[in-house]
Amino acid sequence: MSAETADIKIPAAAIDRSYLHDGTSLKSWLLTTDHKRIAILYFASITAFFFLGGAAAALVRLNLVTPQGLLGSPETYNRLFTLHGVVMVWFFLVPAVPVTLGNFIIPLMIGARDLAFPRLNLFSWYLFMLGGAITLWALFIGGVDTGWTFYTPLSTAYSKGHVALAAVGIFVAGFSSIATGLNFIITIHRLRAPGLTWYRLPVFIWSMYSLSVLLVLATPVLAITLLLMLLERLFHIGVFDPAVGGDPLLFQHLFWFYSHPAVYMMILPGFGVVSEIIPAFARRPIFGYKFLVWASVTIAVLSFFVWGHHMFVAGTSVYSAVLFSILSYLVAVPSAIKVFNWLGTLHKGYIHFDAPMLYALGFIGLFTIGGVTGLWVAALAADVHLTQTYFVVAHFHYIMVGGMVSAYFGGLHYWWPKITGRMYPEAWARIAALVMFIGFNLTFFPQFILGYLGMPRRYATYAPEFQVLNVLSSAGSTILAAAYLLPLAYLIWSLLHGKRAPQNPWRATGLEWQTPSPPPTVNFIATPHVTQGPYAYAPPAEEPPPREAHE
Amino acid sequence: MTLLPSASANAPEVDRLLWALLAISLAVLALVFALLLRYITRYRANSPINRGVESKKSWIFESVWTGATLLIFLGLFVWGANLYVRMFNPPQDALRIYVVAKQWMWKVEHPSGQREINALHIPLNRAIQLIMTSEDVIHDFSVPAFRIKHDVLPGRYETLGFTATRAGTYPLYCTQFCGVNHSMMTGEVVALPPAQFAAWLARNPVADDLVGEGRTLYMRYGCSGCHARGAEVPTVRAPPLEGLYGRAVPLNDGVTVMADDRYLHDSIVSPGAQIVAGYQDLMPSYAGQISEEDLLKLVSYVKSLSAKSP
Repeated sequence: MSAETADIKIPAAAIDRSYLHDGTSLKSWLLTTDHKRIAILYFASITAFFFLGGAAAALVRLNLVTPQGLLGSPETYNRLFTLHGVVMVWFFLVPAVPVTLGNFIIPLMIGARDLAFPRLNLFSWYLFMLGGAITLWALFIGGVDTGWTFYTPLSTAYSKGHVALAAVGIFVAGFSSIATGLNFIITIHRLRAPGLTWYRLPVFIWSMYSLSVLLVLATPVLAITLLLMLLERLFHIGVFDPAVGGDPLLFQHLFWFYSHPAVYMMILPGFGVVSEIIPAFARRPIFGYKFLVWASVTIAVLSFFVWGHHMFVAGTSVYSAVLFSILSYLVAVPSAIKVFNWLGTLHKGYIHFDAPMLYALGFIGLFTIGGVTGLWVAALAADVHLTQTYFVVAHFHYIMVGGMVSAYFGGLHYWWPKITGRMYPEAWARIAALVMFIGFNLTFFPQFILGYLGMPRRYATYAPEFQVLNVLSSAGSTILAAAYLLPLAYLIWSLLHGKRAPQNPWRATGLEWQTPSPPPTVNFIATPHVTQGPYAYAPPAEEPPPREAHE
Repeated sequence: MTLLPSASANAPEVDRLLWALLAISLAVLALVFALLLRYITRYRANSPINRGVESKKSWIFESVWTGATLLIFLGLFVWGANLYVRMFNPPQDALRIYVVAKQWMWKVEHPSGQREINALHIPLNRAIQLIMTSEDVIHDFSVPAFRIKHDVLPGRYETLGFTATRAGTYPLYCTQFCGVNHSMMTGEVVALPPAQFAAWLARNPVADDLVGEGRTLYMRYGCSGCHARGAEVPTVRAPPLEGLYGRAVPLNDGVTVMADDRYLHDSIVSPGAQIVAGYQDLMPSYAGQISEEDLLKLVSYVKSLSAKSP
């Protein structure tokens, strides 16, 4: 995107000072309304949640090294996998890309000074932290043993864990999601720079927009569901428990009506990040821009009509299962389109293999494996055999971790110079990307086979014939854990010792690269004017030299 | 895929579908990875290869691969759905065995009265229909060797049909997380040739069959006081139960329901929910007073009243 200098003048002090130097007191961070600083607050919290959820996963894998369970207590095991699921889904996967990268990058990408409602943005962070604190409190004073799905009547009448407290925490954090979604929608509608029409928006913005719609429409359903569950658990009002006149399947319908769109809340931002990285490192305009954009929107819409595919063996009618099966195949089509669009972008490109690109390529491979195994569980008769086994565990980890977490790390490295003003150490970053890919496959590929053989998920103990594959998976998880610790170490190192980042280290298009790294508090010295679409990459010979700051 | 025995009539069919899915998956992955590897080696930044001119019209490619993807997906849908619908339509002459799940145990009641815990003995090559319910939370009855699985819900009768085709002992798992000892809620399914199954039944003598035990309970709970039979004069007028099972029952609110296992069960635990047309809401609820196992026996007895009547 090319920008023309407008006439608005900004005081010289604000130009010199990056957002990181605009106040250094604790108060200047905790009471900031700058979207970039709020993104940093989110980065810190999200990282803590990621490693907490990861530690629980490590203990889960440790337990499964022996058939009797190394931890010795099924109760401990159940609480650990519940902690892992609750923390990873609601406090990492759903918010991760939007509240960190999205929060930081959206205003920069559309040439705005901030989000539409800066104070609401800060309030969202406090809500998120409050919800997180309540949930962590529940998880640490004794834990929850229902799994992250809270199926009734186990959760309302039989569980001895702190179900109510955890649900309150998730309920509160949900409002943070809704506020963030509203903020993004209005920002994207109202604050685009002059000339930045809808079809000139980067795919990342379209993804954030689709995601925000999902956040705003689906999260209230989760709130309602949790509230009804609380009413039944605390006051024995019969909603879900047949013993008091309720219907246990009603809970599952409501829960998955939120939680299936939630899957797309997690993966749509990943699509967005990868759609930025691939053109930048292949030096090619993205292939089939409009198809990609409308694929995101189609996915967002269709995602509301496939929840029933979580319930093929739950006791719903055969006809509804048939309907949900065909709808699930339909929602897979736009996802397949995207994979071919990314491949098409690589075609005839000039491909550079910097760390963000390695993560993006890893994303394509792992997401495709996750996607094709989705075809297995969408086929009704096959799902009867595979559902509730490790096959499903492997399938959704390929999408969530192989896909979404790869994209998160790709985006983190891609925008790291912009966010911090420092370059990360490239060699270490490439090693980490490679080790992550290997560790991930070693951990989760054996689980496909375990699932086919019939090993049920959420088992603290298992039959001895499953041990070899479980040991393989646990061994892989140690490699994966090491790979996740690497970026934690070298990214912190780079904050202090990394090379100073230029304005546009990747020679990327996109307005966020046309302001200094790190950006000033006001984002742009002069409001940019946009005159062409995104991804105006040209072959090296024809490319103009990298643009300098404030040309 | 040889480590897992294929021991039911539909298992080979499910396996064929899984093989097809594997073949399609490998083909898609081969295509994606081949293109990926070819492009990233051929078009790496320092490769001198001539890129030629960019092709502008992307909509042809888009339409072709969108269409092709859609066709393959629809084929898989039809295959999977067709098999699923057939799996859920068991034959009418199936041997009906009752399963009651509770934290953390499987209880099985054979129609001839034999009981088992965490085990299910079945004859080979005979269609089996399990009628399953739970006393507490949701469980799931799963036998990987048969490629079957179905949730077991409290307050409902769910059915699961299959036919074992290979003799042997196969693991049974609960696959819906049901609390602390979920992973201990396992058992085995023993498929026996018919003669051996008959011998097994004979080795496990019982005081009475399911219907007989149901008759005893029917008397004990005083059901006959109101649901009188034949010439007896009842104290309270309640709908007769002879010939009820399998018939359409008109209700007070104008709806007509089928009198199946679930209807009989629900009419005992929440009689006020479905009042038969022309009768009053007089029957007390027996929810929490009769165990699911005893309810099964009562339901079996009421069903037997239909088998005998013309």
